[in-house]
Amino acid sequence: MIVRRYALSVAGILALLLAWEAYTRAFHVPHYLVPAPSLIGRTLVEEWPTIQRNVGRTLVEAVGGFLLGNGFAVVLAIVFVHSPAVERTLYPVAVAIRTVPIIAIAPILVLLLGNGYAPKVVIAALISFFPTLVNMVRGLEAVEPSALELMRVLSANRRQVFFKLRLPSSLPFLFSALKIATASCVIGAIVAEWVGADTGLGYLIIVATFEFRTGLLYATTAVGSFLALAFFLVVVALEKAVVRWKPETPPP
Amino acid sequence: MSTAGPGASGAGATAPAGIVVEGVGMTFSTPSGPVQALAGASLTIQPREFVSLLGPSGCGKSTLLRLVADILAPTEGRIEVGGEPPGVARRRRVFGFVFQDSTLLPWRSTLQNVLLPLEIGGTARRGRAEALDLLELVGLRGFEAAYPWQLSGGMRQRVAIARALVTRPQVLLMDEPFGALDEITREHMNQELLRIWQATGTTILFVTHSSPEAVFLSDRVLVLRARPGRVKLELPVALPRPRDPAVKETVEFARHTAALRRALAGEARPE
Repeated sequence: MIVRRYALSVAGILALLLAWEAYTRAFHVPHYLVPAPSLIGRTLVEEWPTIQRNVGRTLVEAVGGFLLGNGFAVVLAIVFVHSPAVERTLYPVAVAIRTVPIIAIAPILVLLLGNGYAPKVVIAALISFFPTLVNMVRGLEAVEPSALELMRVLSANRRQVFFKLRLPSSLPFLFSALKIATASCVIGAIVAEWVGADTGLGYLIIVATFEFRTGLLYATTAVGSFLALAFFLVVVALEKAVVRWKPETPPP
Repeated sequence: MSTAGPGASGAGATAPAGIVVEGVGMTFSTPSGPVQALAGASLTIQPREFVSLLGPSGCGKSTLLRLVADILAPTEGRIEVGGEPPGVARRRRVFGFVFQDSTLLPWRSTLQNVLLPLEIGGTARRGRAEALDLLELVGLRGFEAAYPWQLSGGMRQRVAIARALVTRPQVLLMDEPFGALDEITREHMNQELLRIWQATGTTILFVTHSSPEAVFLSDRVLVLRARPGRVKLELPVALPRPRDPAVKETVEFARHTAALRRALAGEARPE
């Protein structure tokens, strides 16, 4: 059953690639405009040392931003749930951060933080921060009133209410935010590299574009997409290991 | 603090406690003004007694139960559980509480759910054997590792009852515990509850809106009048124990439920 489902997915992708290959050959599409999948594959193999040098950098930036942005969001959500005053003070700030276009803020951060890892990590963090904050707050608050009454009857203290009730019930919400954050962190890192970098997938995309190395451009894009997919699958595996119960109301 | 002798730890005390409610009123402040849920409610429940609170929805019976459990604080009047204020009784684990929905934590297995009260009290390690005994008592031996989503509604309530009993409470407060179950399961759970009550010897205060359920289970049924809630009728149930479902076909049983129906007739709220 599962094998058949995967087989169908793979067949779908293969069919798409075959159609693409056939089209470029049949209509003699210039390879500097749309390279055939076979050419992209060959480029991927030939240019692998170059790509490999750059992919590591982007991975570190994306993962760094993921940890920073989500870590900060989780901590802030916990503070919000315990202090309505802090929530009222800082929530508008969080919304303001959300509304700033990431592409517009990237040059500012490069100016402020230089050309190294820092601005990329910060941009990847900013892009994943808000969705996780909102989901985590919702998760921490999505506790049945009767469960809170139970905790009261059991004379649980605040710490016990948090660790035994609020935190576990927030985990499905947290993971749905983390899964979205994986892809956006990779996007954030690549966009930040466009603005100013000397390594990374974003840098490689810019170079390939300016030098008309369309094969390399497509190969790099494919690698970026695989990077986000792998990151996503790691978080899915983590979720399966942590959230082993069936949530009563599945989070969106 | 009062009569406990020297060396008495208080833990594991099994002498059942009674409940005294005297002139209790409860007014909630809502955005549309104060709402009086209870006024001048008084009742006394003897140790080991099984008493039901019966009334239509919104008559304040659940509120009264929450006042006894110290989930809410009354705006007037006095409440004692086992001779102590509800707050003291709650911290000393004099009572256990069973909710209408089982309120099991979905990420905990059956055994972990039953052990929760001991875990919060810091004595979970010593209670494991006792928790397993309780699962045996409620008929769930073999389901220790099951998660709530794998259990039926009736089984979940059994877990909730075992969880309420794990601290060896002297009083069991039950808020329409079988209200969400189908009729067949409910009848079965009623019999099970009587068996558990006889095995543990706790005092039970049971909230329901079903007259037959109240008569079948109780030593006494208190009918609550609505808006503001107070005790309207007190009906001692003169049916022999132990009771089995056949008692429901007797004339005596019908006389009891008829008396309750008459008392409730004036209480139906226009919906």
